[in-house]
Amino acid sequence: MNLNFNSPLFEVIRDEKKCVKCKVCVMECSNKVHSYDEKKDVFKTDDIKCVNCHRCVVLCPTRALIIKKYPLEFRENKNWSETTIKEIYKQSQTGGVLLSSMGNPNPFPIYWDKILLNASQVTNPSIDPLREPMETKVMIGRKPEKLEFDFNGKLITKMPPQVSLTMPIMFAAMSYGAISKNAHESLARAAEELGICCNTGEGGLNKDFYKYGKNTIVQVASGRFGVHKEYLDVGVAIEIKIGQGAKPGIGGHLPGRKVGEDVSATRMIPAGCDAISPAPHHDIYSIEDLRQLIFSLKEVTHYEKPIFVKIAAVHNAAAIASGVVRAGADAIVVDGFRGGTGAAPTRVRDNVGIPIGLALASIDQKLREEGIRNQISLLVAGSIRNSADVVKAIALGADAACIGTAALIAMGCHMCRTCTTGKCNWGIATQEPDLEKRLDPDIMYKRLVNLVSAWNHEIQEMLGGMGINAIDSLRGNRLMLRGIGLNERELEILGIKYAGE
Amino acid sequence: MKRIKALDIYYRELNDSIDNEIKTDKNIMLTDVFGQRYIGRGLTQGVKIKIQGTPGNDMAVYMDGAEIEVFGNVQDGVGNTMNSGRIIVHGRCGDTLGYAMRGGEIYIEGNVGYRVGIHMKEYKKMKPLIVVGGKAGDFLGEYMAGGAIILLALDLAKDEEIVGRFCGTGIHGGKIYINGKVDKYKFGKEIEKVSLDEDDIVFLKRHIDLYSKFFKKDLSHLKIKSFSKYSAVNKNPYANMYCSNY
Repeated sequence: MNLNFNSPLFEVIRDEKKCVKCKVCVMECSNKVHSYDEKKDVFKTDDIKCVNCHRCVVLCPTRALIIKKYPLEFRENKNWSETTIKEIYKQSQTGGVLLSSMGNPNPFPIYWDKILLNASQVTNPSIDPLREPMETKVMIGRKPEKLEFDFNGKLITKMPPQVSLTMPIMFAAMSYGAISKNAHESLARAAEELGICCNTGEGGLNKDFYKYGKNTIVQVASGRFGVHKEYLDVGVAIEIKIGQGAKPGIGGHLPGRKVGEDVSATRMIPAGCDAISPAPHHDIYSIEDLRQLIFSLKEVTHYEKPIFVKIAAVHNAAAIASGVVRAGADAIVVDGFRGGTGAAPTRVRDNVGIPIGLALASIDQKLREEGIRNQISLLVAGSIRNSADVVKAIALGADAACIGTAALIAMGCHMCRTCTTGKCNWGIATQEPDLEKRLDPDIMYKRLVNLVSAWNHEIQEMLGGMGINAIDSLRGNRLMLRGIGLNERELEILGIKYAGE
Repeated sequence: MKRIKALDIYYRELNDSIDNEIKTDKNIMLTDVFGQRYIGRGLTQGVKIKIQGTPGNDMAVYMDGAEIEVFGNVQDGVGNTMNSGRIIVHGRCGDTLGYAMRGGEIYIEGNVGYRVGIHMKEYKKMKPLIVVGGKAGDFLGEYMAGGAIILLALDLAKDEEIVGRFCGTGIHGGKIYINGKVDKYKFGKEIEKVSLDEDDIVFLKRHIDLYSKFFKKDLSHLKIKSFSKYSAVNKNPYANMYCSNY
């Protein structure tokens, strides 16, 4: 007996009066929820297949469709939730490790929502960014101990390599394989137009996108997919991926079914073969080994590019970051436990790592105490949801913030969190040609440009409100922050005062 | 051939001077090498380097077509993420030889250390190869995704083990050829013994011949039938490990 105990999560409701039987819903649903019976001239829906991606609802010309939470409920129980019960059904049926997509959705504290920003009143007057200069440009890279000039005022200190960003925002690492080629193109084109960077993720860079190299950070992960000299040369910076916020401590598996001809060519592995990234880099078992890899990358690119190291926000993040600085990295990317993913074991995603706000504050504090904060740029990722999150992150000590999920949402992601299936109806997390072509890079890159430009305007407004006219003056300026609903220990770690203090 | 005496030269200057020299002469002899890292990093086709001494870690990292011959032993990380080219070592080798190697050939005359050939890959015509004259340590060919490793197991004493434990753990592509018998417990569960076919025999003969040529050794006593071939049980080893949770 093979009993599937699962019940639908969503109910699809069709308003027959509004429906014009155009069958768009049938054609658009890759999960095959909708079907049309020619003989009886009726539509059928299979609720259990619905993932609530809104594709049919948005595209229905007469707004005849509604998706609702399925009304069936378990008997109320504060301990055994519906999610918990259903997970046991799935595992007892399949024997599988639970695999989830996108960031940790559980009700842990969101520190950005417990921090408030300051504004000037009367003294140190606020600045209007519409009429006055407001600098949001940031330089990412190692900064020298001091600057020396000759008699003519010309800089004689040799500056370590820097990446210039017109605003303190980058697109987070998302690999080709996890997301589609069109999604990658949209991110690359948007990064170029905005004067910021996108990040290849660990799946290599498609040759078609080498032309965006000046706005692309190329990643080197444990699987070393698509890593070769030309790839390293083409990027503006190189990022060594040690960890990811959604799955600290574990590697990644891109299933063979997502490795088609083009992904295969980019990753340089046979088509259909699993792309397995081991949990550790097998040539890095210590900070000294990390230094060896960092300098191998510097050597092969003739010390012309900053080397980033990305770690997940974990308990000892501050001490690890200190080691990363001493290993010679030029920038460190810290990815918080809410960071997105194409696929991560549910238990790891939901239980491993710490909030980005706390990790950021403790790393910045530690590096300052040790007098090495100038040696590195600090980038944060892991659910930066809006421009206020960016501003708060910078005031806590970040140089810039990376946005992944927000960028996907700009391209049409409706957060149905079923990336693992590879059937993304919005053409983002899929390698199926029919689905991928739904994402038009000409339109989507513009939406990304819109989003980030709008955030930059908002950042300027908030800066101006604080009486600050350059993003550099906000970095680590925790006096601009106050906590709300936080206990003393949290305030101490964040290094901020309570609202009213 | 340009000679560079590497004694007391820091690796960064040494590698810079190699870059400079190859603009005029692509044949270089390095003498008195004492542990300088990254020699040959990213160097391209046509460059030929001969090394006397002991090069340091990550020799030939990201190398892309050059040829390196070492008259001495080498340390860890030789051929790390190498793309193409050839390395010949007249001596022994440390750990993580050929990590994530994507193409090219490495011949080691003697023994090699731990974690050799981890995550070697292949793509179409690019098929990396490691030939080891002696024995190998633990984790040989772990996570291997392509290419080939040949262990000749020459001149081993009676009590010496040909290969360490966890050989081929997580392998999902590529082949490992071992001369001699190895106990089953030394292998990961993702690797299995398969029979040699005609192509394997031609392949083995060719590389045994090359080994004997490079190291001037008479290997006529080696019998192909004493080799065993091992490869991945499944190229999607973890396909059924997960269950979608949404």
